[in-house]
This record gives sequence, structure tokens and C-alpha cells, in this order.
Amino acid sequence: MVGNKFCEKLLEKSTDFKLIIFSDEPYRAYDRVHLSDYINKKPLEELYMCSEDWYSSKNISLHLNDPIVHLDVTKQYVESGRGIKLNYDYLVFATGSSAFVPNIPGIEKEGVFVYRTIEDLDLIKAYAGGVQKGAVIGGGLLGLEAAKALMDLGISKTSVIEFAPRLMPRQIDQAASTVLQQKLSALGLETLLSKATASIEGDQKIQHLHFTDGTILEADMLVISAGIRPRDELALKSGIVVGPRGGIVVNKHMQTSEPNIFAIGECALFEEMIYGLVAPGYEMAEVAATTICEGDKSFKGFDMSTKLKLIGVDVASFGDPFIEEPYARTIVFEDKNKGIYKRLNLSPDGKHLLGGMLIGEANSYNMLLQTVNNRLVLPENPEDLVFGERSASGQSASTGIAALPDDALICSCEGITKAQICHAVTEQNCENADAVKKCTKAGSGCGGCVPMVKDLVTMTLKQQGKYIRNVICEHFQLSRQELYDLVKIHELKTYDEILDGLGKGDGCEVCKPLVSSLLASTWNEMILQKGNDTAQDSNDRFLANIQKGGTYSVVPRIPGGEIRPDKLIVIGQVAQKYGLYTKITGGQRIDMFGAHLNDLPFIWEELIEAGFESGHAYGKALRTVKSCVGSTWCRFGLHDSVSFAIRIEERYRGIRAPHKFKSAVSGCIRECAEAQSKDFGIIATEKGWNLYVCGNGGSKPQHALLLASDIDSETCIRYLDRFLMFYIRTADPLTRTATWLNKMDGGIDYLRNVIVNDSLDMAQQWEEEMEKLILAYTCEWKAAIETPQIRKRFSHFVNVPDEKDTSVRFEEMRGQKKAADWNTPSITS
Amino acid sequence: MKTLTNTKWLTACHVDDAVENGGVCIKHEDQQIALFYFTRRNEWFATQNECPHKRQMILSRGMIGSLGEEPKVACPFHKKTFSLRTGECLSGDECAIKTFPVKVEDGLVYIGVE
Ligand code: SRM
Ligand SMILES: Cc1cc2nc3c(=O)[nH]c(=O)nc-3n(C[C@H](O)[C@H](O)[C@H](O)COP(=O)(O)OP(=O)(O)OC[C@H]3O[C@@H](n4cnc5c(N)ncnc54)[C@H](O)[C@@H]3O)c2cc1C
Ligand code: SF4
Ligand code: FES
Repeated sequence: MVGNKFCEKLLEKSTDFKLIIFSDEPYRAYDRVHLSDYINKKPLEELYMCSEDWYSSKNISLHLNDPIVHLDVTKQYVESGRGIKLNYDYLVFATGSSAFVPNIPGIEKEGVFVYRTIEDLDLIKAYAGGVQKGAVIGGGLLGLEAAKALMDLGISKTSVIEFAPRLMPRQIDQAASTVLQQKLSALGLETLLSKATASIEGDQKIQHLHFTDGTILEADMLVISAGIRPRDELALKSGIVVGPRGGIVVNKHMQTSEPNIFAIGECALFEEMIYGLVAPGYEMAEVAATTICEGDKSFKGFDMSTKLKLIGVDVASFGDPFIEEPYARTIVFEDKNKGIYKRLNLSPDGKHLLGGMLIGEANSYNMLLQTVNNRLVLPENPEDLVFGERSASGQSASTGIAALPDDALICSCEGITKAQICHAVTEQNCENADAVKKCTKAGSGCGGCVPMVKDLVTMTLKQQGKYIRNVICEHFQLSRQELYDLVKIHELKTYDEILDGLGKGDGCEVCKPLVSSLLASTWNEMILQKGNDTAQDSNDRFLANIQKGGTYSVVPRIPGGEIRPDKLIVIGQVAQKYGLYTKITGGQRIDMFGAHLNDLPFIWEELIEAGFESGHAYGKALRTVKSCVGSTWCRFGLHDSVSFAIRIEERYRGIRAPHKFKSAVSGCIRECAEAQSKDFGIIATEKGWNLYVCGNGGSKPQHALLLASDIDSETCIRYLDRFLMFYIRTADPLTRTATWLNKMDGGIDYLRNVIVNDSLDMAQQWEEEMEKLILAYTCEWKAAIETPQIRKRFSHFVNVPDEKDTSVRFEEMRGQKKAADWNTPSITS
Repeated sequence: MKTLTNTKWLTACHVDDAVENGGVCIKHEDQQIALFYFTRRNEWFATQNECPHKRQMILSRGMIGSLGEEPKVACPFHKKTFSLRTGECLSGDECAIKTFPVKVEDGLVYIGVE
């Protein structure tokens, strides 16, 4: 990797050299960092670092599968395995490293592998078929990656064996390791710590590992990932100085003990350190190329911060992750439940960040790394840096990037600074991260800096006074609100009409559902009319939520959570007849899971017959209006909360909005219906109702705010009509009411002025519009089963319509069924 | 679309059974094939029905569209997108899907399966 980068860099600086490359491997340079993608069937072609004809176009001679075996430093020539002899003016070692294989008895057995090259992976892949139990020796970065590869190959029982008492001992501390271990075990990866392997047993093939503590682990296959060994054998043989524990010794210009011989990348030993990452290797390539071209540049050591996604778990460490009292003050945040661990090490005066680690959630990695590297002064409450992600992260990040100095290194793989990125925006008219990537190469290495590049582009565009429109996608250069107005003004009714009139291209999975939801909010027509069905989000298209395995869930509406015994019985009968899993939802109704596509119309036919209707659990629409039992039974109840909840649920059912919305009505301030966590919540008072709006449960819970107090039922409904229409008209796609309010200038006071005082003079229009939507309501499941063309779509195979999908698999659990697990272990989550 | 010499043509369905601007699923022996009628472009495409991400038999229920000029389908599960022409995964690291040639004659749709 680094050798190839060296050639690129040298050619940028001078064309006076004739380059000759010898490689031990049969392949031209490829991206070893993404080697594991090869396990997941990424073609080798996409891993290559350059095209096949790049070498000839640059006049480089490439000798593959032909290692240098002899070097004469006095006569200045090399000899290759195939007998090519060549003189050189300069020689560069970029020989990398090989996997370190400890001397364990039995290590030569069949089924023991290392994980370093394409050839290693081919061997592993070929052996993995049919293997049940896999093991990896080494719980460092590479070992965990190798374990992931084994799982991806379908070896579901994989164990990682680590000699140290914690995982990734060079990057993270004990507490972080414990959190990571828990996360990994939830994903099916077992970790064995403080284990030293005594021997590998089995006749010919590996069958067991014996540990020094007397325990045994069964394994049909083993990958050794116990560290790396710099490939310095040729240098050593030729009399070049190497370190006592390996590595070709270099000075700050990357020169070895022979001044015209250089070493870069993983084979080079700089100040007693081997740098086992690409970014420092690339920097070494730059230094060596500059030195050869008689420039002046030196290697100053390199930050070994890393961020990676291990089996879907974010892990990052930066700066000095381990520094402790009295040299640092440490802040730790731990959420065992979610598997999140964050540690920040501050300077003793609390002014600067020295390093830290993040497990489970690492969105702030880039910003924290920049804060360390540029010695930015910390805010007054440094803990905001770890808790800050909860608040509007976009904001904190953008004020953050503005404070970075121009020479802050953003992309460390390619060595691109903040100034270079901003320059690409201002001088080369790059308007997005992709364009910046093309111009500067920033983000083309490990990709970790891409979010920051995006933020920098946005910030720079804003500074230039360019209006950043929140356009929908490549097919519509309009915001949702602009599109909404145009649809209304031109009375457009289908997706195709809108795309032809206002967009370009053929649409996509972003604009289609958005336009469909706009159409539904505007006209409230049956969403599956011909021409519009395929523009609906998958859940809307089949009027049910798709589940793991490709079956669907069925959720009939149970307004207010109130249900008669005979209807309960029907649900039970239907579930039994079609073999459905039943569960009481968190929204006070009943969900039936595991319905085949083919069965959906039959199930709904029976439910509708019994008086049920669609619960819109799949739509961006009203979900449930929960209720507490209220004054009908409860000794504290002030009004009949159940009746009011039912009235509200039936009023707004089926109305489409930018996102789903939920409600609840409580009979008194004890709030058993949890109304203050809803998009709108109503609580009984002595004198009437208190109306709260813009609350949210979910991932960022937020309490609803009081909009009006002690109002009567009719007023409450009028305010709700206005509130909902205002939301439907103006919110961005997929924005719940809480987020919508958070972004509104003036906040709740402004909103109250609009809704209660009618400051926009829109109240009457909105109430009328809402009335129309309510009148247009029909149960869409009823329409679907009664319309033959629509009903026809509920079958899996078009050529054998009565046959169900045979690939659907269930498993049993507590006397019911559940979806079988995904067919493959997950790759990136 | 590739033209193959020894193509075996499977009779998939009537043009009328296909979904406009969407997909249907065809059973062919043990295989499931997704057939897309891209009415807007007046083009037909066929791919494997299995989404390679979590190996779900689902692509026929995916939403079709374009990325630049490239026709694509998005998996309903996690919205990975694939080129309908080449099968290439357009959302990064997942692997490609198989594509099949399609022809329409006398109101019938045929898929080249070998
Ligand atoms: C079935 C149910 C869980 C259960 O078994 O109890 C459920 C299931 C799902 N929820 Fe939920 N949520 C359910 C109650 C809730 C609640 C509780 C409530 O409604 O009182 C909440 C918190 C309240 C809230 O929304 O503010 C809730 C917050 C979410 C969120 C996070 C929303 C947010 O703003 O953060 C999502 C994700 C989203 O919508 O993007 C979500 C998304 C989902 C999805 C649709 C995920 C998906 O895309 O597949 C699940 C669909 C399962 C299915 O196929 O039916 N679900 N979900 C509950 C159905 C209630 C119902 O009768 O309709
Ligand atoms: C699975 C895996 C995952 C990784 N993930 C990351 C990551 O996420 N981030 C990161 O920064 N780094 C990662 N790395 C490390 C990164 O790949 C290395 O730091 C990088 O490849 C080093 O580049 P190099 O050019 O020094 O060595 P190499 O890429 O190993 O290249 C050395 C080449 O020299 C050849 N060679 C050796 N001796 C001779 C000889 N005598 N004659 C001719 N040719 C010879 C070798 O065959 C080899 O092809 C990972 C490594 C692996 C194996
Ligand atoms: S909490 Fe998550 S897993 Fe549970 S139902 Fe809701 S979305 Fe699904
Ligand atoms: S299963 Fe298709 S994108 Fe995940």
C-alpha cells in the first residue's frame, strides 16, 4: 500500500525518475485496510489501488510475484527471485510486515491460518465451508476483524482468545473492554481473556486448543492474529541496521543506515516504534519522496488515533487514551444498558483535551480528535463533549469546526487540511463532499473524516453567502414545503405528474415516498390507486409493516385502547387461524406478527367483517390515542378520558403527515396515559382540558409543552385542527412535532400565537382543510380488499399466485412463533 | 442488456400482470426472480429476488428509480440500492446481485435464465 503511495507522490514531484517495482505478491497493490470486504464478496478489482494500465501510463515497470532476494549495498544492485539483476540509484523498502506466529506446539496443523493477504483469505474461505467452531488468537484490532470475517463466513460459533485481561489492550482500558465484550457477546462472539494457549491438538487437523490454565476450547479452525513482524529479512541479510526486535531503522528523512536506501510503512522502525496503520505510512511515503527530490521534510511521529466499526460496534481511541491522575483529570460516561462507554482525559487544569476513548457511539470522534490535535481550549463544561451528542449535534459540530485552525489535519490518510478543503469549495466550486473527494482525495482512504468534510463544505458555502436549500434529492431541486405548495396550486394528483412537471430523472426511494405522503396529506385519497402504489414506501404499499424474513404485521385500530370482549375473541381466532404471533403493543393495542403477504387480504377481510379497520401502524399518520380509564371508573378521574380519546382517534385516523403522530388523554394530573410524551396530549383539569403539544418518546424523549389550559372539548378540537394542519404544511419530511418545534423561530410562544391567537390569519382555512380530510377518510384496507387490481398485488409469486414464499422461516418461542434470524450475520449493522 | 447465444427463455407472465414502475416475483424452479417493468423508461429488468445484505427474498417489492442515468432498485429493508442494469450495489460495500435478460413478445414477458 505504502509503496504504491510513494510512487504516486514521487511522480507528483518529479518525472526524472524511472520507477521499478518488485512485489512478492501476485497482485498489484490493493487496499489491505479493506481486506475484509473481500470476505464479503467484494471483487478484488474494487480493492486495487490503481488501474492495470496505470503503471505503463506512468512508465513504471512492475514485476509481480517476484521478490527481491539479494541486495548488494556497495555495488548498488538488487537481484530478484526470477533472476532479474538491476542497478539502482535509490532503493525504497516498503515491504510491510507479516503476521507474527507464536511458537505453539501444533501450530503447523491443518486449519490454522493467518490474516494478512488476499491469498490468506482465499485459503480461509476455502476451508471455512462446513466449519462449525472457529477461534482467533489475539483480541486486538486485527483479531476482532478476523473474528468478524469468520462470522461473515457463516461460522456462527466463533471465539476470540486474548492473552491480556482485556480486548484491544493497546487502544482501550478495562472498563471499555468490558462494555465492548458485552456488546460482542450479544452479537454472538465469545471472548476469552487472560488465556495463554499451551498447544493445538488434533490429528492432522486442529480440533482443540489447550490453555495453560488447563481449560480446553473446541475449534475446527483457527486464525492467528497475535501481532505483526516487520519484513526486514532482506535488509538484515544485506547489512542494513535493524532494531533488536525487528524493523528497519530509519532517521526522520526515512533513510536507513545506507543514505540512498529508504524504508517506509510497516517495515520501518522510527524512534523505536513500528507504525501499523496506513496514515503514518502515507506520511512516510511523502517524506521519502520529498527527500529523494532534494526537498526538506521530516517525519515527526504520528498520531495513532483510530476509529473503526467492529462487527457493527463503534470503537475509537484518540490522543493519549490511558493517561491518568495526577497527569490528567478523567471524565467517564457509561451506559451499560446501551453498551456505551466514553472516557475523556483532560489536562489537570481542565483546559485541554489529552485523549480518550469511545465505545458504542463515536459520532464525536472527529471533533474530539481535532480538539486534541489542535490544542483547542475546552468549553466550560467539558462533559458536554460526551453528552453533547444528545442535543442538536449539527450545531455543536459546526461551531466546533469554525474554531479549528486552517492547518488542522482533517483527512489524515491523505494529509488534507481544513484550508485545503475550504479552498476546494471556494476556488474549485466543490459543493458537496463527493466533489471535494475528487478534487483533494480527502475521505478516499479510511473514510472516517467524511462527516467532517461535509460539515466543512456546508460551513464554507454558508460563509460565501450561498443559500443552502434543503432540496429533496437529485430528482427535485425543491424543499418539501415548496413542493407542497406547488402540488396544491397546480392540483397535481399522481407521482408521475409531479415528477414530469416539477422534477427530473426517474425518481428514487427518497422522493417517491415523500411525494406520496404529500399527496395523501393534501387530498387524502386512497393511497393505492393505480399509478401511485409503487411510489409508496414499502409499508404503505402493502398496508402493513414488513418484518424480518419478509412477513408482515397486522394492527387493527382499537381507538383509545378500549375493546369489547367479542372483538378480542375475533382477534384471537384470526391469529390462531393464520398462525400469527400476538403481542400487546406499547400503544395500547394488539399486534399480530408473521402474516404471509398472500394471507393479508384474507386476514383483513375477517377483521373488517368483525368491525375492525386499519390501524395505520405502517403509515406516516395518526397511530394511537392512548387513554387512562378516567372518570368512568377511577376514583380520581375528573372527566371521561376514554370517550374523549376515542373521539380524537376517530377524528384524525388515516390523515397523512410528515411523520407519524401520537396522542393520549389522561383523566387527571396523575397522567396515567402519559399524555405529556405525545405529539399532542390532553389532561383533564377541574375546569376542562389542558392541551400539551410537541412531546416525544422514542430515542430523544422530550416533554410536551402547554399550549392552552382549561379549555372545553370543542375549543380543544379546533386548536388541534389548526395545529395539525400547520404541522402538515410546514414540517420537513420525517420530522416529528417535537423536532419541528425545536427548529421553529420563536418556539412555543410563536406557535401559541399562531394557533390560539390566529396571528397568521390561517385558522379558518386550516379548519376547513381539516374538515375535508376528515370527510375523505375511508378504511384503506377495506378499499384494498374490495378492489381486484389492488388485491391482486398481495401475492408473492405473480406466476403462481396461490403459492406462499417458501423461503420464510419461523422459530418457536414460548408456545408462539418468531421470525428466524437474519440469514447471514450482519456486516456493518 | 446482454444477448446470450444459448439463452433459455422462461415465460414469466403477461405484460398486464407486471406492475407498472415496480416489480413482481417469478418462481422458476427453486429460484426467485424479481421482474421490473420500468414503464417510465419503457424498459424491463430482471434480477435475483434475494437482497444480499441480509439475504431476504424481497427485491421484487423494492422501489425502483434512478441514480443519474442508472436505473436502480432499493431494498425495502435497509434501503441498499442496486443497479438494475449491472446488478452492482450502489450503496457501498455490499455485493452485487445477478441480472437476467428480458424480452417481450406478443404480450408475454420472457426472462433469459441460462
Ligand atoms: C409494535 C410496537 C412495539 C410493541 O410491540 O409495543 C412498535 C413497533 C415499531 N416501532 Fe415504535 N412501536 C410501538 C410503540 C412505540 C412507542 C410507544 C407509544 O406509542 O406510546 C414509542 C415512543 C413514543 C413516540 O413515538 O414518541 C415508539 C417509538 C418509535 C420510534 C421513535 C420515534 C422517535 O420520534 O424517536 C420509531 C422509529 C421511527 O418512527 O422512525 C419506531 C418504529 C417502530 C417500527 C415501525 C420499526 C420499523 O420500522 O419496523 C416498529 C414496527 C413493528 C411492526 O411491524 O409493527 N417506534 N414506538 C408499538 C406499536 C404501538 C402501536 O400500537 O401502534
Ligand atoms: C486485515 C487488516 C486490516 C487492517 N485495517 C487497518 C485499518 O483499519 N486502518 C489502518 O490504518 N490500517 C489497517 N491495517 C494495516 C495496514 O494495512 C498496513 O498498515 C499497511 O498495509 C502497511 O502498508 P505497507 O506498504 O507498509 O505494507 P504492505 O501493504 O504489507 O505491503 C508490503 C508488500 O511488500 C511485499 N514484500 C515484502 N517483502 C518483499 C521483497 N523482499 N520483495 C518484494 N516484495 C516484498 C509484500 O508481499 C507486500 O505485498 C490493516 C491490516 C490488515 C491485514
Ligand atoms: S423499540 Fe426498537 S426493536 Fe422495539 S419495537 Fe420499537 S423499533 Fe422495534
Ligand atoms: S436486507 Fe436488503 S438492505 Fe438489508
